[in-house]
Amino acid sequence: MTKASSPKSGVKKAAKPVAKAAKPAKPVAKAGTKAVAKTATPGKAVTIDAAGVYYKQLNERIREAVAAGAKEITLVNVNGQRYIADGVAAEVKFTIQGVPGQDMAAFMRGPVIRVEANAQDGVGNTMDDGRVIVNGLAGDVIGYAMRGGRIMIKGDVGYRVGIHMKAYKEKLPTIVVGGKSGDFLGEYMAGGVILLLGMFTDKPEDPITGRSLGTGMHGGVIYVRGEVPDYQLGPGLHTQPVDETDMKMIRELSEDFATEFKVSAKTILSKPFVKVKPFSHRPYGNMYVPA
Amino acid sequence: MLLTPINRNYHDFKIDRDKDLCINCKVCVRQCSYQAHYWDENRKKVMHDNSKCVGCHRCEALCPTAALNIRQNDSEFRTNALWRPVFIKNIYKQADTGGVLLTGMGSPVDIPIYYDKLLLDASQVTNPSIDPLREPMELRTFLGAKPDRLEFEKGKDGKPILKTKLTPQIQLETPLMFSAMSFGSINFNLHIAMARAATKLGICYNTGEGGLHPSLYMYGKNTIVQVASGRFGVHRDYLNAGAAIEIKIGQGAKPGIGGHLPGEKINAKVSETRMVPLGSDAISPAPHHDIYSIEDLLQLIYALKEASEYRLPVSVKIAAVHNAAAIASGVVRAGADIVVIDGMRGGTGAAPGMIRDNVGIPVELALAAVDQRLRDEGIRHRASIVAASGHRCSADVVKAIALGADAVYIATAALLAVGCTLCARCYTGKCPWGIATNDAELAKRQNPEVAEQKLINLIQAWSHEIQEMLGGMGLNSIESLRGNRDKLRAVGLSQAEMDILGVKHAGK
Repeated sequence: MTKASSPKSGVKKAAKPVAKAAKPAKPVAKAGTKAVAKTATPGKAVTIDAAGVYYKQLNERIREAVAAGAKEITLVNVNGQRYIADGVAAEVKFTIQGVPGQDMAAFMRGPVIRVEANAQDGVGNTMDDGRVIVNGLAGDVIGYAMRGGRIMIKGDVGYRVGIHMKAYKEKLPTIVVGGKSGDFLGEYMAGGVILLLGMFTDKPEDPITGRSLGTGMHGGVIYVRGEVPDYQLGPGLHTQPVDETDMKMIRELSEDFATEFKVSAKTILSKPFVKVKPFSHRPYGNMYVPA
Repeated sequence: MLLTPINRNYHDFKIDRDKDLCINCKVCVRQCSYQAHYWDENRKKVMHDNSKCVGCHRCEALCPTAALNIRQNDSEFRTNALWRPVFIKNIYKQADTGGVLLTGMGSPVDIPIYYDKLLLDASQVTNPSIDPLREPMELRTFLGAKPDRLEFEKGKDGKPILKTKLTPQIQLETPLMFSAMSFGSINFNLHIAMARAATKLGICYNTGEGGLHPSLYMYGKNTIVQVASGRFGVHRDYLNAGAAIEIKIGQGAKPGIGGHLPGEKINAKVSETRMVPLGSDAISPAPHHDIYSIEDLLQLIYALKEASEYRLPVSVKIAAVHNAAAIASGVVRAGADIVVIDGMRGGTGAAPGMIRDNVGIPVELALAAVDQRLRDEGIRHRASIVAASGHRCSADVVKAIALGADAVYIATAALLAVGCTLCARCYTGKCPWGIATNDAELAKRQNPEVAEQKLINLIQAWSHEIQEMLGGMGLNSIESLRGNRDKLRAVGLSQAEMDILGVKHAGK
């Protein structure tokens, strides 16, 4: 917590020939070093062309740009490169054209990322702070153990979203899902807020959430627009009506969502919401006897 | 008395108080955090309740007149080879409560200890033994991936220059480290003692999964930060604070299950370090829910490498289970620079007894199998191996290294060094020795300076013994011992056991 913006001490040599050969299965730079992005200006706004650049080199470029003081970074032709903005701690805004790969924004503290496409698994893994906007759908394990910041996905998300999110002091992680979610949404949740809208979905026939919503949750709250049957919830959980404090949070999140994706907040708020809260802060407290 | 539980008097220990020696000074009353001793106002003397004694020996150690002895309760059930008293008593407890049997520390059950069946070699006549007091004896160990080959180029002055870029390593002055014990499971006094001892010794200690308090960042060069499924206190500064990052997949004492740090142990400082609310349970799910495959593990390993800009080796700790060798091979191929094998005798702050005593395999077998598998596959150099669980003395360490370990993690031994008596009630948060407790009154029984010195003494003593054993074998560096199973012979093991361990029987 002491060195929010210190430049890293690590060695940063240009791509070396001995470096681990690019693994297949990934978008591989055809010409190694030569393909490494063209930078517009190393000042405030930077555009990096990710076409054919392996993730390791791409992320090196991103870190260099951030260290050089870039405030707006546009990544174009992104095609599955992993770990974008991982561990980046700076006030910088990323715009991503194309589909970023797994674990985008993991351990991130501060940046704003807007993805103008779908995202893959692991968005915002153990994220500390910042903002991720995905103008599309996203995969599994979004916001795993995230401690702060906000993730908004316009469409559907996969399984295990928001597992073990936790709030601490002034940090309150929030996830808004515009579409529907798979199983285990908010499992082991220890804090923070998940808002599930179920509106902007490619799966109109599916229930709004999969099985086992909130299993083992011991903190935080999950809001669902409309209804969710109790059998979709984890053991011991029930839906409850929302009160005015809840509505304040729901309104704030809905309006933010509406602004980002240019949809109507009024339509979002036109239906009632329910909430799911833990039945105990110590769900497994009475399970044991000393041997 | 209809509601008296049938097991009220079937307790494990009895307090033997010598009436002639006892001066009713009440030290025992103050020291016992389980209220086994109490002041009886009517009789005007110190009394005790045997049923509350956990056998920690704190009162006995501090009694100024040595009036106390803690003994096993000698009340006996009818001898029965099948229904041993431990099973009988546990059934009574579970019938009363419906609870899962909870235990602490390493398993006390009789699982074979292969170290006891392995004997070391020494030089005679040829290849003379070496006296470490008069000749250099190298214990320095580097943990991390080693390159496939070294390439050199000629420098301007004609001397060769290393062209191969080396991957990050941890440098240890002796092949020992303090294993993961989270802040929360043990208290801050011991964390600071471990951090300082590791720094002075030039080794590393492991934070465990409870985060790293900001005041300990200054010991980062000697710290391994752990990332477990609960991700407590994990953020970019934490990841970059240490000498390496360890992903905890499994723990030898409780393979396959997660952890619950009970709310009772979460005080202000623990809450601040773990970044979780006061008094709420800190629950670690059984798996990392972002790791359901080797490919997912690779993803997290490289996410951590990206977040630390490839400056730090990444370690992966697995419990020793049936397919440890195949799993370790996958772990190495997923990019781990260090693989930790934690055997089933490893300690824990809390684990269900059934898991602790029945799941996993002894570390010796897993270690030998992993080392052999990685050699067979030609990838042994791509990761260092660290063995953990129940290494009781320096000879165990030497045997582990001969079986293929690069270094050994110790934790139970480190706790014993500061006074632990293995009473195995760590999960209550009432540790009378001030170790596994965050109660301020109890925690201050551990003085960080004293604890630091004891840890330093232990590691120095073991290191010296390791040097002596190496010298006796005619070796002058720990490197020459690693995986050198010719220095081991088995006594009384079956052919299958010797095949797995890769050792010959004594006499051969």
